[in-house]
Amino acid sequence: MSNAVRHGTILEGLRKTGVTGIFFARLLLACVPALARPRLIIAQIYNAGGRSLIIIMLSGLFTGMVIGLLGQDVLQRFGAETALGTLAALGLLKELGPVLTSLLFAGRAGTALTSEIGLMRATDQLTAMEVMAVDPMSYVAAPRFLGGFIAMPLLAAVFSVIGLYGAQLVGVQLLGIDRGVYWSQMQSSVGIHDVTEGIVKSLVFGAVVSLIAVTEGYHAEPTAEGVGLATTRTVVASSVLTLLLDYMLTAVFL
Amino acid sequence: MTDKENQHAPSAPADDAVVDVRDVHYSIDRRAIFSGLNIRVRRGLITAVMGPSGTGKTTLLRLITGQLYADSGVVSVFGRDVGGLSSSETYAVRRRMGMLFQNGALLTDSDVFENVAFPVREHTDLPESLIRKLVLTKLEAVGLRGAAELMPAELSGGMARRVALARAIVMDPEVLLYDEPFVGLDPISLGVIVRLIKQMNQALGITSIVVSHDVQELATIADQSYLLSGGTVVASGTPQELARSDSETVHQFMTGSEEGPVRFHYPAPDYASQLLGADEG
Repeated sequence: MSNAVRHGTILEGLRKTGVTGIFFARLLLACVPALARPRLIIAQIYNAGGRSLIIIMLSGLFTGMVIGLLGQDVLQRFGAETALGTLAALGLLKELGPVLTSLLFAGRAGTALTSEIGLMRATDQLTAMEVMAVDPMSYVAAPRFLGGFIAMPLLAAVFSVIGLYGAQLVGVQLLGIDRGVYWSQMQSSVGIHDVTEGIVKSLVFGAVVSLIAVTEGYHAEPTAEGVGLATTRTVVASSVLTLLLDYMLTAVFL
Repeated sequence: MTDKENQHAPSAPADDAVVDVRDVHYSIDRRAIFSGLNIRVRRGLITAVMGPSGTGKTTLLRLITGQLYADSGVVSVFGRDVGGLSSSETYAVRRRMGMLFQNGALLTDSDVFENVAFPVREHTDLPESLIRKLVLTKLEAVGLRGAAELMPAELSGGMARRVALARAIVMDPEVLLYDEPFVGLDPISLGVIVRLIKQMNQALGITSIVVSHDVQELATIADQSYLLSGGTVVASGTPQELARSDSETVHQFMTGSEEGPVRFHYPAPDYASQLLGADEG
């Protein structure tokens, strides 16, 4: 690679980082006027959250059931199968709830956000708003960002709760662990610190995934291929960042 | 010289110009789109901006609405330099304009009524009953009052453009910008759009800028025409004057000829040697 090409690539990378940084700042500023339009934000909470509810509940249930099976298998080797409640609660609240919800959220709601905004760009709807003296940042981008940011922690909470019942279904109903032991172990060993960790993670993941989805859609090349590529980038970037940030946040909370 | 001809004289006073583009240079990725563009749009007239595809006609509209800024030169709208305005001042200028997009650019998640009501809801606090009357009046003007509850996906291309026109005039703009309003329309829709543009201009006194390459249609409605080529105005005057022009570029464009100063073929290496070279390779 020649020096000129390398410098060109570096400059292009810097330019993109700058554009994204400025967009983030503009988006956060646009959230202030967007709050005056609660109707739009509620519609987006429904779009991002309500419409993802079934997939989140099903995934939570199956994840919990797997924890029930695996937990029973591993814990009984140490004669500690009564600790299944603790394992399920800590696993779901601190890690699996926020992380898996974030990955599913990126695939279900993030892609929908990116392609919707990208197509609005491709069909001149955003330009038309600008010409009508309506800022698309506060009318389109900010409500979608806020909707995703609010919906994601709620979905993570639903995922964890359903997951706990899934683990109980397998551990208690099928494999015979005592119901009272399952819940009381959980109650005595899970602290507010653990719940807070899960909430903080789901807030951060919600912000990151929504931000990526809206940014990619807003800057998508206004063609069929461009919107497709932007949607792919949303899923890839959201998933990698979710896992990276999960590691960093877990390290911080230890 | 008659009064009508006098209106088109280039020496008209400057304050008569609603949009004044002076010596504008603009490039995208080092490719010059405009090099020394001069266009004056006078109040109350229909001004046509014509030119082959790729001459920057849509870019001109984006410069006028303040979505792009000229590299040098001045784009003045309502007497104010668009390039020097803050974003709130730009929005204030845009509220006095309406724009009809080539594909309509209707909001796909709202029905026809809500699309037309959109600018009213965003910019005024009018009561619902008044918004309803206003929107229905504008829809009636474009003949689509009965389509108020349809979604944009249910409209034909011509209907979508008429809804977009109703939306563009709902705030009673002083200037209307039309981006390729005649492209892809059947003869009936085309006739209706041509008549509507004329009506908007005559009945409401709206200054109109029509960007198009449809010479025949423009000739029937335009008061003043500019022909763009190679980043600058190559001819201006009434459509009749352009038709009589002895400039080769104007003649080529008005008659739709392949031969002339405007090259039909994109620059390419020698045809014969490229074909033979492909064989050898």
